Order: sequence, then structure tokens, then C-alpha cells
Amino acid sequence: MQKAVEATMNPNPPNAFRPGDHAIQSGIQLKGVCKSYGDEWERQDVIVELTAEITPGELTVIVGPSGCGKSTLVNLIAGFEKPDRGEILLNGKPVTGPGRDRMVVFQETALIPWQTTYQNIVFGPNLRGDLKGAALHDEAVRLLRKVGLGEFMHKYPLQLSGGMQRRAELARALINQPELMIMDEPFRGLDAMSRGLMQEFFLKLFEENRRTNLFVTSEIDEAIFLADRLILLANRPSHVRAVIDVKLPRPRHYAMLSSPEAYAYKREAMAILHEEAMKSFKATATSQDFIDAFSRRTD
Amino acid sequence: MADIAHVENRIMPERVKRSRMSKVLGNAEFWRGLLALVVFVLLWEVGARWKEFFGYSLPYVGLLPPPSDVAVAWTKVLPKWGYWESWYQSFKRVLSGFIAAMIIGIPFGLMLAVNRYFRDIFFPPFEVLRPIPPLAWVPASLIFWPTNEMSIAFVTFLGAFFTIVINVLGGARSIDVRYLRAAQSMGATQWDLFWKIILPGTLPSIFTGAAVGMGITWEVVLAAEMISGGGTQGSGGLGFFIWNSYMGGSLPQIVVGMISIGIAGYISSSLIRMIGTHFMPWRRMF
Repeated sequence: MQKAVEATMNPNPPNAFRPGDHAIQSGIQLKGVCKSYGDEWERQDVIVELTAEITPGELTVIVGPSGCGKSTLVNLIAGFEKPDRGEILLNGKPVTGPGRDRMVVFQETALIPWQTTYQNIVFGPNLRGDLKGAALHDEAVRLLRKVGLGEFMHKYPLQLSGGMQRRAELARALINQPELMIMDEPFRGLDAMSRGLMQEFFLKLFEENRRTNLFVTSEIDEAIFLADRLILLANRPSHVRAVIDVKLPRPRHYAMLSSPEAYAYKREAMAILHEEAMKSFKATATSQDFIDAFSRRTD
Repeated sequence: MADIAHVENRIMPERVKRSRMSKVLGNAEFWRGLLALVVFVLLWEVGARWKEFFGYSLPYVGLLPPPSDVAVAWTKVLPKWGYWESWYQSFKRVLSGFIAAMIIGIPFGLMLAVNRYFRDIFFPPFEVLRPIPPLAWVPASLIFWPTNEMSIAFVTFLGAFFTIVINVLGGARSIDVRYLRAAQSMGATQWDLFWKIILPGTLPSIFTGAAVGMGITWEVVLAAEMISGGGTQGSGGLGFFIWNSYMGGSLPQIVVGMISIGIAGYISSSLIRMIGTHFMPWRRMF
């Protein structure tokens, strides 16, 4: 009710559709977030006391080993699940459910297979009815061209290659003018070549308007290449292990990854991640032999 | 980015449009299939006539009527009205039971999938009734329904119903949660989720259920026709046609009935496939 009143009072609500690429920049604050699964007897803590901040207009990358609770964190921020304890604030207001202000680009592809690429793109605006007719068509075609899929808009997702599917998914998220883009290992499963191209393309998109972005990955190179800030997660139960501000200049090129600065960041991050990986590895007694062998090898 | 799109465009060339006929005739699969059928019929002919050629009869195969005799028997029944009436009757029963099963089964399966309370209440009795073979229903159904015709249609309905419901339920429950989440993020209501994600996402399973259900319907209808004793000549359907031929001692005519059923089943499942590809263009690949 109060929302409706606010909307009528403000002639230009922040959520109103504005064609083009004027990103609204929103921040996220996570305060002492806890999440566990299972019943009382077999409770699995996935996230414990996680406190972090995603600064408006920055590209924050969350890195952690597989299975450390990154996807759970994405689900919490997107509003698909609720934290057991703690708070998630979007611009100071608690997140209560999913919304078009936070668009998720999922692992692999989540394009709807029975809709053509074009239908996938216009799906969100059509649901809400906030952009219609020729304006919607023009915006959809503009975005499709931007991601290089102009000729493929009437193909079904399964007729597209992996890289094209990810680009279509980017366009589907962008047409909803999210204030925060959440990318959950979006380039996983692509071959190295398309992965590199997608990273560069994605960076170009980001650097154009600096829409607040949360990018989740398990690849340290990808993380350093993209990030303004790295958040390293500790293994289960997951919490923030370290935060590294990556001060490589923008616009970035792939060549920068081999610079001494990037290498220093990588070493710093690797040391922490390696420690975390070892911790979880040591949890199993049978792995002792392997750990011995491994420590001899690195000496 | 444009150059990437260009390169990938060359990897996936547009389909060349060809007429349906030339597509079929130019297809090696079609000719292999035809050859297989011809070889099969030839082997059958020689096997059945072994005694004429070599003086002794092959076990089992020697008891079969040769396909040439079957063809002769077929030409005899083809002009008869009763034969076509059998086709008509069987098709009518199959379709009425099948369509009823679709009309009731699809919404029922979807309700089971989307509503927990509905599932808690209706799934247990459904699961108890499901393993009962449709033919076990025949006697009860003959007592329960006023006419023979209705009993057969009912048993046919049961044959397809359980299969369709189980497929719809399974299909709707296995829809990727990410589609639902993506739609929710973009502002979908419960209503949108049902009509735009769950229903189209279940379509493939609906057609799988329909295809399997159609097969069961044919099995059931023929058995039901045999058991209930059909009635006069044509109105008994193809099942009764076979039974009648058996009573009349005409072996070739039994085989005519059997092959007719094979053809009828093939026509029905092809129809379902055709309707399926029409409604699911995204599965018409490359």
C-alpha cells in the first residue's frame, strides 16, 4: 500500500523504465548472514556470520572453492531464499523476495527453451507490461544486436552455441534494467576460447555504464581480470576470509593478466584459497598421505 | 562482437527447404526400412512354405500362414463392410477413452504437481489404483456400466489415464527451478508461472504420456473387445474380428486382424508425433 502511494507521488520512480544504458547503481549490504539446511538433527551450516558489502558501481567478485556456498549466497541476495539470521539490505532496505532490480545470470544457461531468443528477451517486460509495442521491440533488437545476436533472434536457445546462449542471457537480464546484476559462474562450461571472449565482452558492457555487479566464480584468473574487489570465501561453513581491492586500471585487456601487479594479486589470493582448500582436505584422515606428498612437492 | 556472430553463422547453415516427398525418397533411412520389411516378409514366406520346398516342416514357423495367403485373405475382407466397421469401432473406442483420459488426466496431473495439499489427498489413492491392470477392471466395469460400449470405453480410459497422469506429474515436477526463478525475478505472478513456465515445460511429458498411453489403449481395447464378446460382426471391433477368425478357424484372417492392429497403432502414434512437433517447435531441431 505504502509502495503504491510512493509511486504515485514520485513522477519519476527509480524503477521506471528508461531506454538506453543509464544504469542505476545500487549497493548491497550483508550483515551477519547465516543459512543452514536440513532438520535439527542433521543441520548443515552453509553460511555463517557472513558480513560483506557490494559497493554501488563496482564489480565485486566472490571467489571460493566449489561447494563452499556461493550459489546459496546468490539465492539469498536474489531473494529466492531467506537467510536464517542476519540481514541483506539493498540500498538500505531489506530484501524480501525476488525482484527485477536484481537480475541473476545463472550457471550454464537458464534461457527458457520453448521461447525463441527474441521471446526470451521480451519475456520480462511483457510480464510486467512496463514496456510495450514498438518501444519494446526496438529495445529488444538493440540489445540483441549489442550482444551480436541480431541474426539469431528467432532461433531457439538450443540452436545457439554456448557462448551465444550466455550473451542472450545477458541481454535478457539487461532489458529489465536491473540495479544489480548477479552472475553465478556465468561462463562455466564454456571452452577456454569462448570464455576469454565472453569475459572481455562482459567487461566492455560493465565499463560502459558501471552497473553494480556481483560476479561469482571459482576461477582466480577470471576473478582478478574482472574485479574491482575480490571477496574470498572460506570453505564450509562459508564466511568472508579476505577482501582484496584490485586496482588494475580500466578499461582492462586480457594482456594485463600477465602484468606483475595482477600476478601479485593472484599470489595473494592463491595463498589464501590454498589454505582454505587444505583445511577442507585435511578434514578427511585418509588424505594425509596426499598432503605429505603435496607439501614435499611445493618445498 | 559482430565478427563472432558472423563466424558462428557459418557453422550453422540455414535449413534448405525441400518438398516432403523428395525428403522421404532421398532418405537412406527410408530405403533401409523398406528393405528390412521386404526381407522380413520374404523370410516369413520361405519359412512358412518350407515343407513345399524341402519336404519337411520347420518347427513353429511352419505353422504360420505364409504372407501370400494372408494377402489373399486380406483382399477377401477388404471389400467387406464388416472389416471396416471393425476398424471404425475400435478407433472410436480408443479415441473416446484416450481423449477422456487426456481431458481428465492432464489437469489432474498438473494439480498434483503444483498443489501440495491436492497431492497429499489424491496421490495415495491414485497410487493404489494405478498398479491394477486395466483388464482386471473389465468384469467390474461390465457390471457397473449400463452398456457394453461404455464398459469398454471406461477400461480404455483407465489404460491411458494412469500413464498420462504419471508423465504429466513427473514432467511438471522436473522443470528446472532456474526457469521459475528467472521468471519470478522478472515479475511473474503465480498465474504467469503456471501458464508460461509450468504448462509449456510439461508439454514434452504430456506428449510422451500420450504416446505411451495410446499404445496401452490399443492393447486394452482389443482385449476388452475379446472378453466382452463384442456382439455382431463389425460392431465387435478389430479385437473381436481376430476372435471371430479364430472361432472360424481361419489362420490367415487372424494374421490379417493382427497386422491391421499394428497399422492402426502406427497411425495413432504418428498422429500424436505430428501434433507434438506442431505444438513444440523448439524440439524440431536443426
